[in-house]
Amino acid sequence: MANRGNRRAKIVGTDIEIDITEKKDIVIESHDDDHGHDDNHHKETFITKYIFSIDHKMISKQYLITGLIMGIVGIAMSLLFRLQLAWPEESFGIFDVLLGKWATDGVMDPNVYLALVTIHGTIMVFFVLTAGLSGTFSNLLIPLQIGARDMASGFLNMISYWLFFISSALMIASLFVEAGPAAAGWTIYPPLSALPQAQPGSAAGMTLWLVSMAFFIASSLLAALNYIVTVLNLRTKGMTMTRLPLTVWAFLVTAIIGVVSFPVLLSAALLLIMDRSFGTSFFLSDIFIQGEVLHYQGGSPVLFEHLFWFLGHPEVYIVLLPALGIASEVIATNARKPIFGYRAMVGSILAIAFLSTIVWGHHMFVTGMNPFLGSVFTFTTLLIAIPSAVKAFNYITTIWKGNIQFNPAMLFAIGLVSTFITGGLTGIILGDSALDINLHDTYFVVAHFHLVMGISALYGLFAGVYHWYPRMFGRMMNKTLGYVHFWITAISAYGVFFPMHFIGMAGLPRRYYTNTNFPYFDDVANINVIITLFALLAGAAQIIFLYNFISSMYYGKKAEQNPWKSTTLEWTAPIKHIHGNWPGKIPHVFRWAYDYSKPGSKEDFVPQNVPLKKGEKELQH
Amino acid sequence: MTILLVLTSLILISIAVWQLTKILELSKPADYDDSEIASDKDNDMQGKLMFLFLIFIYALTIFSFYQWGDVMLPESASVHGENYDNLLWFSFAVIFFVQTITQALLHYFAFKYRGNKKRKALFFADSTFLEGVWTIIPTIALAGLILYGLFTWVDIMTIEENDDALVVELYAQQFNWKARYAGEDGVLGDANVRFLQDFGGKNLVGIDPTDRNGDDDIVVQELHLPVNREVVFRIRSQDVLHSAFMPHFRAQMNAVPGMINQFAFIPNVTTEEIRLRPEIVEKVRKINKIRFDKSEDLVASGDFPLDPYEFDFLLLCNKICGASHYNMQMKIVVETEEEFNRWLDDQPTFKEFVQ
Ligand code: HEM
Ligand SMILES: [Cu+2]
Ligand SMILES: [Cu+2]
Repeated sequence: MANRGNRRAKIVGTDIEIDITEKKDIVIESHDDDHGHDDNHHKETFITKYIFSIDHKMISKQYLITGLIMGIVGIAMSLLFRLQLAWPEESFGIFDVLLGKWATDGVMDPNVYLALVTIHGTIMVFFVLTAGLSGTFSNLLIPLQIGARDMASGFLNMISYWLFFISSALMIASLFVEAGPAAAGWTIYPPLSALPQAQPGSAAGMTLWLVSMAFFIASSLLAALNYIVTVLNLRTKGMTMTRLPLTVWAFLVTAIIGVVSFPVLLSAALLLIMDRSFGTSFFLSDIFIQGEVLHYQGGSPVLFEHLFWFLGHPEVYIVLLPALGIASEVIATNARKPIFGYRAMVGSILAIAFLSTIVWGHHMFVTGMNPFLGSVFTFTTLLIAIPSAVKAFNYITTIWKGNIQFNPAMLFAIGLVSTFITGGLTGIILGDSALDINLHDTYFVVAHFHLVMGISALYGLFAGVYHWYPRMFGRMMNKTLGYVHFWITAISAYGVFFPMHFIGMAGLPRRYYTNTNFPYFDDVANINVIITLFALLAGAAQIIFLYNFISSMYYGKKAEQNPWKSTTLEWTAPIKHIHGNWPGKIPHVFRWAYDYSKPGSKEDFVPQNVPLKKGEKELQH
Repeated sequence: MTILLVLTSLILISIAVWQLTKILELSKPADYDDSEIASDKDNDMQGKLMFLFLIFIYALTIFSFYQWGDVMLPESASVHGENYDNLLWFSFAVIFFVQTITQALLHYFAFKYRGNKKRKALFFADSTFLEGVWTIIPTIALAGLILYGLFTWVDIMTIEENDDALVVELYAQQFNWKARYAGEDGVLGDANVRFLQDFGGKNLVGIDPTDRNGDDDIVVQELHLPVNREVVFRIRSQDVLHSAFMPHFRAQMNAVPGMINQFAFIPNVTTEEIRLRPEIVEKVRKINKIRFDKSEDLVASGDFPLDPYEFDFLLLCNKICGASHYNMQMKIVVETEEEFNRWLDDQPTFKEFVQ
């Protein structure tokens, strides 16, 4: 019990190494004294184990389940407004039931349409794909893959989950306020979002939205700091930065981007709260509304757009990088090949992270921003396509001459690469300021960002769940249901978003409650019907997933230690979850994470904790 | 009714799929390998499906272009529109090419290298040469696109105001557009929301009554433009963000309260002329057929039929602005210089209007 392996920590930026073995041991020892290593004789109460847990594995499950529940709400909303778009102003029983007074006689109210797209966007981007995806897998994998007993601060980790929980609860609560939830679009541009006179959703609904997001930002900042410190300080012996699995690299860089950009959103939200409640004029000027001249002078809505997108664009990568990290891991494991170009992959993650903070202006080409500035942002935006292309090519080369095991996770990972390419390429069109003039805010944009960010990251989430489910729940998910889930989802995702390019090119603006109020767009009505049918099909496919997810927890086949024959450390920890992850010593690391099918070894994988054989060379990666 | 049918059939399909997998599972032979890890048989099957999926992507692309190619990019009606379209098609050609190749490689490799017990993967971890190639090729391609794009952008956005350019203010409010012409003197009078309530609300766009330049300004609800003459728009909003989107002219600029934004273009075809173009004739025919079919249903249930459609250029609102955002548009009429002048002469000036 005493031996925990040598734990040395380097103080960042110096050469001083301190031995933290002792201190760490005290913390863990006190656990161990309570209940030893095999957790059969837990004295933990239900509350400390399942609710206010400080164990990263439990917190990861909490993130996942909360994220999935929010995902159900978000996707259900998209189905509601898709019904409205396909059969505008038609009466639906389901609207009557779910929307109540906001759908008199089952006909959706225009304000509610806007509220639904707003909350759908917010939930999917922040709650599902930021917290749900990165929260789940950063928590699960960072300590397990770097060989740490837990996060640097389990307590902070618990706090960040509960802040996220409060934030989710507030967002859901905002659906029930009298005047309706926020409805200014997930980008909440003022003045629309600032003035209750402009739309009912900008009253109490918007207040709750802002407060909820403030909690969300606090949560993600605490979480991110924790991830960064953990990765930098708690790596096991031998786990150099260049031996880190790409998942961990992705989580680390994601956390750094979050720390850089989320505070800016927080300040935007705070200034907006000031304008809304305390009469300041940061974002407002010269406004006449509802027969009244307002007192605001001198502010600028464009300033808000700058602040918002300074987070908003990096947010795309906060969502995407963890998904790409997961894909790297899943593709290498299932192709039984090393990830191609490890150094280039790390390099492109870093390049993407850096560039992602200087491209936000591509959301603002037609706001009245100086055209020269537009040129600069076009330049930086198209630059970011280079590291993205490198990543795509490296994935393709990784599966070339592989021995591909088509586990469900692998299908989703390949699906991710496919939608990442399809969606990424249209980014080259939208990033070109000249071309954006006619495509900005049309369905072409909706098609683009859903494919490149929404669907790709969602596939990353699914790949992660299928791949690490045995690690999380000790059981296997049903593969047949996994296959069915993937193929229906894959077909309907293209079915939903591919046609949107065409209606967008036709000039159809997004956030329109109906497209048949004037005849010009009558000829795209049938496309909208097709999209909605695919959306319903996609929604139905997710029921298969939920069923599989829940039933496998109880009836799934018991997982073996290392079902996918993977090299990373998380598969060396016992299936049964214990505090501190490994009962005895933490394994040491002797090689990188991608020794798959290495010539000279009997098995087609060599785990990271296996020492190099005599004469074996570690790859000069 | 049809909706209900579609919905039920969708639900039934999903139930069927679900049940089918259940049956498949139940009907496994006794020696069935019930591992949840992909077997050689799974790999074979899923690898082939990957190949089919590639065909699906191609088929969907071809189908979409074939079926909806006609709605895709409306006829261009401005001088820079042609440059815009060229740039767009060029960029599309590039990404289309890359899309076709990369999807093929991805799915074909997935199919070709589907695993089995006997295969051994190639240990291939790095190649500076290959990585160099696919860093340099995108860099060159993107450099080309950036340069081409930026030339077009600068060309579109540079407004050289020559003397005979027509200056028009576009004025946005929840939920309609107004336009203001400068009148005889060619100068728009100063304006601010503070003046909106003057003259019992008749000061529609808030012209400053003390600025004499505003006296002969003309405020209208329908935008008329003379063909082949540069139009410089000054874009304002009185309440929230809106966006002046004129897809036929490849023109868009946000309307921001507290700011005056600008955009300029030269319309190069009149409404009359464009209505005769075969693409437009075809579009109108198609829409009228749809409206006619709908009208039959409406009449059958005792409602009024829909009006037939006639093509017009539109100014759409393209920035979420509240409940009626979807219904905030203004008709644009492009006409000859004489017709335009005649029309303008018929409109009351600001001074006449507020009296
Ligand atoms: C069944 C799947 C989905 C469907 C059918 C769907 C459909 C739509 C549609 C039609 C819009 C409204 C466009 C508009 O009028 O502006 C929209 C907005 C949006 N969706 Fe989705 N979506 C789905 C999943 C997702 C996912 C997975 C994400 C995650 C990133 C996502 C993120 C967003 C965002 C950010 C918006 C913008 C909201 C806004 O316009 O304010 N969606 N979605
Ligand atoms: Cu962006
Ligand atoms: Cu508007």
